[in-house]
Amino acid sequence: MAEVTNQELIQQLTEKFGEKIVGINEPYGLLTFETTKDVIINVLAFLKQNTLASFNFLTDITAVHYPEKKHGIAVVYHLHSMVNKIRIRVKVFIDEHHPEIPTATTLWNAANWMERETYDLFGVKFEGHPDLRRILNMDELGVHPMLKQYPLEDPNRVDKKDEYFGR
Amino acid sequence: MGSHYDFGRFGSERLSFSPRQADLLMVMGTIAKKMSPVLKQVYLQMAEPRWVMAVGACASSGGIFDTYSVLQGIDEIIPVDVYVPGCPPRPEAILDGFGKIQELVRNESSRRRNSDQYREMLASYGIE
Amino acid sequence: MNQPVYTDNDPQNELVTLNLGPTHPATHGVFQNVIQLDGERIVSGVSTIGYIHRAFEKIAEHRPFYQITPLTDRLNYCSSPINNMGWHMTVEKLLNIKMPKRVDYLRVIIMELARISDHIICNTIIAQDTGATTTFLYLFQFREHIYEIYEEICGARLTTNIGRIGGFERDFNEIAFAKINKFLKEFPVALREFESLLNRNRIFIDRTAKVAAVSAEQALDYGWTGPLLRSAGVDYDVRVSDPYSSYEDFDFEVPVGTSGDIYDRYLVRNEEMWQSVRLIEQALEKLKHEPAGIFHADVPEFYLPAKEEVYNNMEALIYHFKIVMGEIDAPKAEVYHSVEGGNGELGFYLINDGGRTPYRLHFRRPSFINYQMFAPMSKGMLLSDAIINMSSMNIIAGELDA
Repeated sequence: MAEVTNQELIQQLTEKFGEKIVGINEPYGLLTFETTKDVIINVLAFLKQNTLASFNFLTDITAVHYPEKKHGIAVVYHLHSMVNKIRIRVKVFIDEHHPEIPTATTLWNAANWMERETYDLFGVKFEGHPDLRRILNMDELGVHPMLKQYPLEDPNRVDKKDEYFGR
Repeated sequence: MGSHYDFGRFGSERLSFSPRQADLLMVMGTIAKKMSPVLKQVYLQMAEPRWVMAVGACASSGGIFDTYSVLQGIDEIIPVDVYVPGCPPRPEAILDGFGKIQELVRNESSRRRNSDQYREMLASYGIE
Repeated sequence: MNQPVYTDNDPQNELVTLNLGPTHPATHGVFQNVIQLDGERIVSGVSTIGYIHRAFEKIAEHRPFYQITPLTDRLNYCSSPINNMGWHMTVEKLLNIKMPKRVDYLRVIIMELARISDHIICNTIIAQDTGATTTFLYLFQFREHIYEIYEEICGARLTTNIGRIGGFERDFNEIAFAKINKFLKEFPVALREFESLLNRNRIFIDRTAKVAAVSAEQALDYGWTGPLLRSAGVDYDVRVSDPYSSYEDFDFEVPVGTSGDIYDRYLVRNEEMWQSVRLIEQALEKLKHEPAGIFHADVPEFYLPAKEEVYNNMEALIYHFKIVMGEIDAPKAEVYHSVEGGNGELGFYLINDGGRTPYRLHFRRPSFINYQMFAPMSKGMLLSDAIINMSSMNIIAGELDA
């Protein structure tokens, strides 16, 4: 297949989704853009059935927490076109207090556990997910530990005295 | 352990597929908090006399994983007889720890498990 | 004589719930499957994981770059050098460091050794679970030989922590090369024998062929990578599609299966071991044409200097201080890098905000993503087939739970 440049992809995406595609850049050659949660599934489906380069493989779903931003949680999708050997990264910034986003399990079954992991660690609620439960942590853990406000260490520890650690 | 280091020559080659038939529980690797009730269950299923060996830094103290999800040493939930240091321990260290267990077994008073002290110790872990 | 009691509830119609794991001897690792059985057929299953969740991603946010290597060791502990190198290469990509060819080739050697040791475990365990104990004990000693090579290079056996950001901590010594050469001479003989014991073995084929077959579409849909995806017929290998560490200089083949069943997975892994042997041979040959003694890139601001240098040289002391305190000038950027791990595409998604530690580090762990198909695909399978299916997926609990 012919080489597909990032430029062509951007053009195609902006033609289709217009204003919804923002923040386009290419860190280390990997095309990255942001979109909104109301069109994210359409964007992913469009990329999956793309004519230029079919991003038919979902590499990864994860999230990042930016406490100081207005929309504090970024859900990050990595897609891969195995035929054209290019990758693409899609980000959606959502509200930290109402972290809701439609599920991608409708497009890939692989999204199932990736979204459960993201829910477990960040509390992102994937609407329409068939089985959104915690996956790595215990159900009794009340918090979503990867959010920046929670400490690394177990706050209930009694054997570790702060004075010995210069705190 | 592979034939290279040959654990069997110290008389330890009866792998038991059920805790009920085992004398020694070797806890290897990190025990997450999610795993801890399972570990305790395994310990309770073992019949007296029973020994426990914590293999490696993680089982002994949590090791480098000082986090919300990791148990900071299995001695928080079950009594431990021998701790083997190292992250991961060298095979020789495990062999040595096993030798220590054998020494304990050899020298332990047959009345120890009936003593009040032992019962108190178990009670401090919430074990009857 | 007691007559059998007949009731309306025929016990033949009742389902049996079997709790497989997390400390079951048939599961090689800590994960739990609660299975509903109708006789010996699996009706449904639920996988529970997380029994060894250590919060790597949270720890990584509190550690400088060079302290994250020991964490990567503990992902897939059967092939830790690949994880180490993957992490080093991710940071090198972030810092725009170009490696000398010799370092790349040394890395290829160590990564392919790790791949062999990973595949030895998986394939011998498949044989073990089908009842062939001999092969397990026979081939396992070569894993020991690989560990001896690791010991020569870095001192450790299992969790190796090989290398530094910017190269290796020391050059491979003569004994290491001698041991690698010895391994290359002995291993193919044993592998040939291993294959001749199993490849045409009636019992082995009956247990594995056409069991747990997966189509290419299904495999892609569930995000499979690595030997599992290749056994289903998709020729995706990160070493070829996204070459790193000068893999493009090498001549090797990517074995591909057709049906994705357990027998194909076994064959693909076996062939990959042969290809790894080829790669190591080529790398040793290429090393002869490279200037000797180079084992790291010339980047003093990122590469941890030797201790003698630190004590005797002002600049080295400054760089040492800056690196250890995590004050290196890394670009504020995000980077995704992936390597072909033992089980598939091992990805590192790193966001750096200029602080001492990564702002966010996410591991794309192949075991985690491969394993989610286990419960759905077990439906309708015999219990004994599901057990070998699990061992053929080579799920490593450390990588599964991070």
